[in-house]
Amino acid sequence: MATNILMPALSPTMEEGTLARWLKKEGDAVKSGDILAEIETDKATMEFEAVDEGVLGRILVAEGTEGVKVNAPIAVLLADGESADAAPAGGGLGNASPEDGANLAQAPTAGTPGTGDSPTTVEKKMPNSSAEAPVPATPVSPVAQGPSGQWSAEQLSDVPAGTATKTMTVREALREAMSEEMRRDETVFLMGEEVGEYQGAYKISQGMLDEFGARRVIDTPITEHGFAGIAVGAAFGGLKPIVEFMTFNFAMQAMDHLINSAAKTLYMSGGQMGCPIVFRGPNGAAARVAAQHSQDFAAWFMQVPGLRVVMPYSASDAKGLMKTAIRDPNPVIFLENEILYGRSFEVPDLEDFTIPFGKAKVERVGQHVTLVSFGIGMTYALQAAEELAKEGIEAEVINLRSLRPMDLPTVIESVKKTNRCVTIEEGWPQGSVGSYIGSQIMQQAFDHLDAPVISLTGKDVPMPYAANLEKLALVTVPEVIEAVRHVTYR
Amino acid sequence: MATATAAPTATPEPESEARPNVSRDELLKYYREMLLIRRFEEKAGQLYGMGLIGGFCHLYIGQEAVVVGLEAAAEEGDKRITSYRDHGHMLACGMDAKGVMAELTGREGGYSKGKGGSMHMFSKERHFYGGHGIVAAQVPIGAGLAFADKYLNNGRVTFTYFGDGAANQGQVYESYNMAQLWSLPVVFVIENNQYAMGTSVKRSTMSRTYWERGAAYGIAGEEVDGMDVLAVKAAGERAVAHCRSGAGPYILEVKTYRYRGHSMSDPAKYRTREEVQKMKEERDPIEQVRSMLLTGSHASEDDLKAIDKEIRDIVNEAAEFSKESPEPDLTELWTDIVA
Repeated sequence: MATNILMPALSPTMEEGTLARWLKKEGDAVKSGDILAEIETDKATMEFEAVDEGVLGRILVAEGTEGVKVNAPIAVLLADGESADAAPAGGGLGNASPEDGANLAQAPTAGTPGTGDSPTTVEKKMPNSSAEAPVPATPVSPVAQGPSGQWSAEQLSDVPAGTATKTMTVREALREAMSEEMRRDETVFLMGEEVGEYQGAYKISQGMLDEFGARRVIDTPITEHGFAGIAVGAAFGGLKPIVEFMTFNFAMQAMDHLINSAAKTLYMSGGQMGCPIVFRGPNGAAARVAAQHSQDFAAWFMQVPGLRVVMPYSASDAKGLMKTAIRDPNPVIFLENEILYGRSFEVPDLEDFTIPFGKAKVERVGQHVTLVSFGIGMTYALQAAEELAKEGIEAEVINLRSLRPMDLPTVIESVKKTNRCVTIEEGWPQGSVGSYIGSQIMQQAFDHLDAPVISLTGKDVPMPYAANLEKLALVTVPEVIEAVRHVTYR
Repeated sequence: MATATAAPTATPEPESEARPNVSRDELLKYYREMLLIRRFEEKAGQLYGMGLIGGFCHLYIGQEAVVVGLEAAAEEGDKRITSYRDHGHMLACGMDAKGVMAELTGREGGYSKGKGGSMHMFSKERHFYGGHGIVAAQVPIGAGLAFADKYLNNGRVTFTYFGDGAANQGQVYESYNMAQLWSLPVVFVIENNQYAMGTSVKRSTMSRTYWERGAAYGIAGEEVDGMDVLAVKAAGERAVAHCRSGAGPYILEVKTYRYRGHSMSDPAKYRTREEVQKMKEERDPIEQVRSMLLTGSHASEDDLKAIDKEIRDIVNEAAEFSKESPEPDLTELWTDIVA
């Protein structure tokens, strides 16, 4: 019987990839273990081996195709003697859903602005995840969904209306921001594990070694404590280091230098000597990598005076905040997210686009409830807002972007209008970002509240490995919707 | 790969002979600088006892020859960084005694406006990068300063000081590895005063020849008699030449001794009074230079008395300043948090 060969997931977070090269052609016999194709993921180019035997009947996805979704059929394997004509042209067999087939038909990198669901929008493919709809992309230009008179254009968008944009992934935005700043300032350099010859463990620094050379794109040994300290020293010595932690989980090994050496020196030196440095890398849950590799440190870092802490959601946030971070004279903790790296957004097409720290963005205007989030939490907030709108509940969605300094005035201003607030984050509940926001709202807008603030967080557990438990441990869109119903008494 | 040079003998040469090629001016300079540290630290101990200095206060008495000898090997623009036992390093690199003492008393006139204290002072002007309170944290930071110098190709060298206690921290070896890998111009100075707080080297450490540990990374180094300022200076010159030649880091294990406790609150139960007394009488770094000056007829007792008075005046002036300087303005609580 003909079976579909599906696009494999070759890394924990891979949701799509490039079919780089077919090593078998139609009509070739295939034995298990044969290399069928080369597939490029966000991290590496991998060989894809056949599991079953047969004859490669039809190739459904031509080599060179980008953005092929995991589990999409890429070829048909025929049993001996079977005719290629008998094989279906994708879909209908195996695990592929019609949606996957539809995605295949689209040009994977060309954005289609206005649909709110660009083809490169990726969705976590987990067992039992069918309830989740694709994540809406950030509106290109602010669309007033309710009375928006209170917000200035600046709070709704980082650039004037009509500014040209280009579609890029968060990954590309980060790379572009770093590269632009390195071209601009000779003292900026990038160091970390695998940033150079490997081209970045998550390909953020891809191509940068070629452009800037080994003097400025520096591969380190796996010694976070040591190289974080060396980078702090380099910052004291007049340079502007960008330190990539392969993930922020490993930054725990370097915590002393982040807190004691980087954050406090300006104060301890009576203002004589600061530490201009960026510590960046993926933070928060990835996918199926369990407790030691899945945690959100936003609330930890946010507590420390002397640090700047930012957590971008969109590619536009990533680009504008990264450029600001590199220029900032203070130590900046730049918390990225592995799952967001591959997502595409519209980014202002400007020669020098920066976003100031401490400025939240009102991503969606509404009058019934305020949703406050940052980083990947925004995907839940925006998706819930979309669902809630169908029920006539208009949520105002605030993307904090920087956690220290935090734009509380924008949050308070919104709550004064909506009288209700739900905060959303992936971190743990005790001492969460949301609990701080809740207490500030209570102190600054108590009389405006019509319901207690709900802080939605990840569950108070180490991240489990099992797919169903992992899903349960994270904050979900239905939880956001339920919390909104609760605070709006619906 | 650089090869480790053999350790010179740690036995001091006879004190009665002034060494060749050491001028009177040079000896007097070392005498004056070491004496300033000694008197300053004695005064700090006194002010601590009076309650004018609080918190932790780690005195450098006994170890003076280390920084004075190495500073003599440094050039203008070279950098230095150390731990919390840092008063001597600051005075030796030319920072003002008044500003250091006023920082100890937590006053506005201190190097950090009273916000850093004994363990946290900096001077960009004198290329002094702290003053670090976390044992061994200054080691990778020092390597990082050298990283910046190499990146900027400015020919500078960084002296990174740490103790025998810090020498057991993992980040020291992470730093050795990267410093040699990237040929960083850094002199790692292990001030081995034989006690990590109250734990002797024997009770804390296997492979007690600390400088030899660099061999695992191909880093050259040597042991030095840290009670002999001339030996320290000579070793410092070898180290600096090595670094400036582009050959990478160098390790100096300087055998020294602190006369006072780890900090002011040290009950000193871990060593005998006799041990300390013997060191003071037989190996004191200041007495060694004093004796050279006198026996070599470089200076008379009166000359040295005049210097003693001059130093006492500097220290008294610093103490007065540190008492008179006002406490920082209350608004200082909220300044210098972010730039």
